[in-house]
Amino acid sequence: MEKKSERAYGRDVVGDGLHSIQKVIEPRKPYSRPIVKYILISVSVLFLAVMLVIPLIVVAVNALGDGWAAYREAILDEYTVKALLLTLLATVTAVAVNTVFGIFAAYLLSKFYFKGRQVLATLIDIPFSISPVIAGLVFILTFGNIGWMGDFLKAHDIKIVFAVPGVILATIFVTFPFVFRELFPVLNAQGKDEEEAAALMGAGGFMIFRRITFPHIKWALLYGVILCTARAMGEFGAVSVISGHLRGKTNTLPLHVEILYNEFNTTAAFAVSSILVILAVLILIARNIVEWKRK
Amino acid sequence: MYVEMRHINKTFDGFQASRDVSFGVEKGSLTALLGPSGSGKTTILRMIAGLDRPDSGDILIDGARVNDLPGSKRGIGFVFQNYALFRYMTVADNIAFGLEAKKKSQRKSKAEIRARVEELLGLISMQDLGKRYPHQLSGGQRQRVAFARALAPDPQLLLLDEPFAAIDAKVRRELRTWLKEMIARVGVTSIFVTHDQEEAMEVADLVILTNQGRIEQIGSPEEICLHPQTDFVRDFIDARRFEALKTVSREI
Amino acid sequence: MEQQIVKVKNKKGVRVIPGFGLSMGVTLAMLGCLVLIPLASIFLRASQLEFGEFIQVVTSRQVVSGYVVSLSCAFFAALINAVFGIILAWVLVRYDFPGKRLMDGLIELPFALPTAVAGIALTYLYSDQGWIGALFDKMGIKIAYTRIGITIAMVFVGIPFVVRAVQPVLEKLDREYEEAALMLGAAKLYTFFRVILPELFPALLAGAGLAFARGIGEYGSVVFIAGNIPYETQIAPLLIMTKLEQYKYADATAIALVLLLISFLLMLLINSIQIYMQRFTKG
Repeated sequence: MEKKSERAYGRDVVGDGLHSIQKVIEPRKPYSRPIVKYILISVSVLFLAVMLVIPLIVVAVNALGDGWAAYREAILDEYTVKALLLTLLATVTAVAVNTVFGIFAAYLLSKFYFKGRQVLATLIDIPFSISPVIAGLVFILTFGNIGWMGDFLKAHDIKIVFAVPGVILATIFVTFPFVFRELFPVLNAQGKDEEEAAALMGAGGFMIFRRITFPHIKWALLYGVILCTARAMGEFGAVSVISGHLRGKTNTLPLHVEILYNEFNTTAAFAVSSILVILAVLILIARNIVEWKRK
Repeated sequence: MYVEMRHINKTFDGFQASRDVSFGVEKGSLTALLGPSGSGKTTILRMIAGLDRPDSGDILIDGARVNDLPGSKRGIGFVFQNYALFRYMTVADNIAFGLEAKKKSQRKSKAEIRARVEELLGLISMQDLGKRYPHQLSGGQRQRVAFARALAPDPQLLLLDEPFAAIDAKVRRELRTWLKEMIARVGVTSIFVTHDQEEAMEVADLVILTNQGRIEQIGSPEEICLHPQTDFVRDFIDARRFEALKTVSREI
Repeated sequence: MEQQIVKVKNKKGVRVIPGFGLSMGVTLAMLGCLVLIPLASIFLRASQLEFGEFIQVVTSRQVVSGYVVSLSCAFFAALINAVFGIILAWVLVRYDFPGKRLMDGLIELPFALPTAVAGIALTYLYSDQGWIGALFDKMGIKIAYTRIGITIAMVFVGIPFVVRAVQPVLEKLDREYEEAALMLGAAKLYTFFRVILPELFPALLAGAGLAFARGIGEYGSVVFIAGNIPYETQIAPLLIMTKLEQYKYADATAIALVLLLISFLLMLLINSIQIYMQRFTKG
């Protein structure tokens, strides 16, 4: 708090760009207690270091624990590559599906008034508050052998549970509201005047969306896609339930990490993890760039 | 009568916004819908525009019943309260939108659209500002753009929802005169909504005074000031306004 | 203003903006097929359970201890997150210091980092041979494979919820408001607890509530560090997993149903408290 007023004070007196002079002019600081500031910053830094940063270092150190050769071997392993491909497939599908849904649902809930609007918004949020394990379970209870669609699927020789479609469905379920949640507040705050004005002038739905609605949400959309990607890529619980852990078939990268870890192949587990860490960091950087651009 | 409302009723979730509203507006006239906030005047405007639909009663434009006609086909220009300018389009694109949005068969050529936009930019004296975006304009300029945008497709009827509400008190009076002149120049039948009696009295040919969804009185500004028919009108039109009006009419 | 609200409620009105039918159709179809129908299966399956059987499953010692572990650890994690979340949000909003942007970006790491990766990294770190675990081991405190470890993993996944809920409210909080309190002679700490904290409370509650809910359901980051010692560190989602692996679908459904009801009740509770609080602050 003190710092901010100090900056403002400095700028008023000497203007921007003359940073050297700022230090000379000491503003009055009636309630200044820098000690509190430094304690709080230290606590924050320590907390984040212990909780977030050191675990990342653990991954890096252990991944390279047996040297580069072992790291390369773990990463280029046939099953690792297959798991990576499946992760990419599931992620891309989930993001695509949820983007389409997010756009339509956000448009619907922000531009139209109808009965049950609130209920619909609540329903969309359900996957957000459900344990991923339960998310996996619901698909087993639907499409599995004991599920009510089980017999039908068996008769037509369609495999969903313990197969790739199940992995994709579970990933979609878990990340379902992500894009919607980013788009809805933006569209809601924008109101519907612009769309009404355009409609009164005879513009069709697609034209209104493309020229009026879309420019408002493009950054939010990108932001939602990034968040959705992060979550889809790392989904573990739901996929774990429904995949059946078939190595080389239904294993995603996070599941592959688990298998390697449970086989006490720690170096390989951390090496594969490092791929995910790199992806996560890239996503975080992208997220921050987008957020910065939005402002 | 160019616009006619016949026994219009409208309820929103148990709130009666219009009670047996009936009135007519002559072609080429400038009419004010005046009333306190919540009196149902904006609802009337939105029903004429086709943005809301009456529960019962008929809306006629140019002799034809338009209740079931979508707003975009009623030949209406609408100026929204906060202008609803398209934030991500330039001034010129905003004005051109209504022309570009038409069906292919009715759409003018690109050159014609550009010429029309130039013409309207000239009308609102903003020739050099066509490439600006709405957030780079002053409140008064925004209002003029909204006005030009509504006029671009040559509407037969212009509806304005609180056209001066979002403008500084200082420029408001100036813009009022400007708008009255412009409407006279274009010759379009116009209806505007306001809660400001001074505005209504100064600008309009005909004033329709609403209260609690009902029409209290219809008449020229002088009639309403000099012969208020109900207690509500008497209270609403205060004496100070009456004096102001006298000076105005003397000046004229 | 009143009119504005009424206007939105254009009930029987003509829909001026096109696309209602299409967006309603797409929304309902996708929501139905991808979320609601699968979700309904759990209730369908649960309705086939004998009531006695259901009660027997969910009151068995193992299952009850699973709920207790999940709920208590998630609760403590939410409390810890509430405290550190406020400190972090405060530091990020009110102070300027080098590396602030980096810190702000880092907050979201638990959202972006796959939970399994977080799980094995935390387990390694807090095991009795790990960098931090070894320190505590010397003092005789075990972290990994105990409830402390579970709580730490839940703190990890929950922290962004609290920070991101409190941060925007703190940014918007009128500085004059607290300055007024300071000018009246109130001490800083007193001002914080009497003036600022009540303003932040609804957001804090929402954030901590989400962190709590997330903690109850969390699987990936917790399962490794939990160690799965029956009656000690078995979390409820893991019990569902175990039952599934044994093909005991009925048991899994029963456990899941109770867990679902708990999270719905929790969301309902948080919502009502928030609505109550808002009435309070608005009035």
